[in-house]
Amino acid sequence: MKDKSIKSLKFIGMGFLEPLIRALSGEERKKNFGTFVKGTLFPIASIFLFITVWHFAAHALYNKEASVKIEKARAEQGEEAALEVQNCIRSGEVSCQPNTLPSPAQVWMAYQTLWKDHLDISQKKRDFNQQVAQANSKRADQGLAPIKYTGRPSFLDQIGTSLKTVAAGVILALFVAVPVGIIIGLSEVLRNSFNWLIQIFKPVSPVVWLLLVFMIVKTVVTDPNLDKSFIISFISVGLCAMWATLINTSLGVSTVDKDFINVSKVLNLSIGQNIFKIILPASFPLIFTGLRITVSVAWMVLIAIELLAQSPGLGSFVWEEFQNGANDSNAKIIVAMFIIGIIGFMLDRIMLTVQNLMTFSKA
Amino acid sequence: MALLELKNVSKSFGSGSTKVNVLSNINLAVEEGEFVAIVGFSGSGKTTLINLVNGLHFPDQGEVLLHGLPITGPGPDRGVIFQNYSLLPWLSVYNNIKLAVDEVFPKLSKMEKDLHIKKYISMVNLSHAKDKMPSALSGGMRQRVSVARALAMDPEILLMDEPLSALDALTRGTLQEEIVTIWSQNRKTAILITNDVDEGILMADRIIPLTPGPNATLGPEFKVDFERPRIVTEINKNSTYKRLRNDILEFLIEVGSTRRQFSDQKYLLPNLQPTYPGRRAFWKKNVNT
Repeated sequence: MKDKSIKSLKFIGMGFLEPLIRALSGEERKKNFGTFVKGTLFPIASIFLFITVWHFAAHALYNKEASVKIEKARAEQGEEAALEVQNCIRSGEVSCQPNTLPSPAQVWMAYQTLWKDHLDISQKKRDFNQQVAQANSKRADQGLAPIKYTGRPSFLDQIGTSLKTVAAGVILALFVAVPVGIIIGLSEVLRNSFNWLIQIFKPVSPVVWLLLVFMIVKTVVTDPNLDKSFIISFISVGLCAMWATLINTSLGVSTVDKDFINVSKVLNLSIGQNIFKIILPASFPLIFTGLRITVSVAWMVLIAIELLAQSPGLGSFVWEEFQNGANDSNAKIIVAMFIIGIIGFMLDRIMLTVQNLMTFSKA
Repeated sequence: MALLELKNVSKSFGSGSTKVNVLSNINLAVEEGEFVAIVGFSGSGKTTLINLVNGLHFPDQGEVLLHGLPITGPGPDRGVIFQNYSLLPWLSVYNNIKLAVDEVFPKLSKMEKDLHIKKYISMVNLSHAKDKMPSALSGGMRQRVSVARALAMDPEILLMDEPLSALDALTRGTLQEEIVTIWSQNRKTAILITNDVDEGILMADRIIPLTPGPNATLGPEFKVDFERPRIVTEINKNSTYKRLRNDILEFLIEVGSTRRQFSDQKYLLPNLQPTYPGRRAFWKKNVNT
């Protein structure tokens, strides 16, 4: 039971909990607790240290911004106005707060606001759906599309949209890069001929890909019912992120161990059998390493692409908040920053697990 | 007509000044049911020779004939046991063998295939490790799987390319016996490539030395007439065995010593004076005078 849970924890990349479990089950208590403190508590302590530094830095920036504001009022409108501004800032009045790096506490409050906002919006959505349920069933009978809630999306909805875009982009990358990688990898001539193109396109910035995709999609997709911004953003994400998989797949396919090729030759395997039974499994480790890179690149470029493509999601959330300029906008941006980081981390862990699943241990 | 014939076979790699004539003028005839061992130094072209037979390489000159017809490529009629096992690490023992069985006997039903595979797994004493991955097996066990895979193809000729040279002496001894026992059950034609004269004497009917390369060729054959089954401890005391062993070794050593390295290049050595530790030659001149 203990070993099993340790094994599965390690598999999903939570191996740092191993010493704690061992210590709690009474196995070499002292040593395991020591390892746990070093391996887990120290990293947690470093997070607290980071938050402390952030708190004081934010405090210093706040004071600087406030004094600049006061000095400005004094220079432009005289002593009285300066005092007024000072009192206003001290009283915590929303309208005159200095606009700077928010403190950890403000960010935590902004997070709670966003969460409450999400609860409100989902309540509204539920009420709306209840109200239109009858009308919708009638419309369904008549063959009409149901009435949908078209209100503002909550923060969680934005995350969902972003994940959907990334998933679509990664799937696109998977379906383009893996087959192309295999075909290129199998033939040295093709590999050589495409190598330059790949090397040239690989470092192109996501923004340029977005513009290129925009040029093409604008002409190709004319149906107004289709969500053009979503199409543009997921294709751009896929295009930016697929190179790692493409290169890794072709590398994996072209460097299959000679022994395996000899086995395939001696067994007289057909071309299809050779590809699916020997070459693909032999290159799985590299293909999945590539896919892991693809997922992290996709998540990274997504924010910039959503921001530019006006496609709903975390990217446009960040941009809207920045444009919005409300007193807690900065804090909300930082909430988004942490959410983006944590989701990226989790995606990477998931891909690592998949990668471990698909990798054979070589003798 | 012999089952397998090599006539005046030559093989070289590379071209121009880097051309290496690995094998030249190889003549060999293997009868059906025979166990032939080819003994040679490492680097003499033994693996090239076996690759010519299994169809991974083709001769530059001469021909390799199977049933009187030239070999056009690899085929399941020649089962190969590779030196480095060459098991597929993502397949279990059972599935490694299944891959070969599926390819050679596509018409068998699922049940028959299963029985066939299990028969060969138990033949090499691996029934307990049937579902293990190759990475979980020891070297000897891996080579057993490789043997089972080659045998499960039911080949006409079994080609063994130094199958035991990566194993320790004890495992080697047991596997030698096991392979011979399995071979004697249906007496398929077998060619064993080895660098161990004792191994050849213990297993084969005929031993043919391969002279050291480049331009390696086959030497005179030595018949091994011991009764089977041969038991190591008893054979060791046998005086004919000792003589045979000495003859083969003498031949190999003799041809080995004739191999000389020639070079047209003259190496000019710089005229250096030795310096002794603790003395700094670069600022104190005439240290050695």
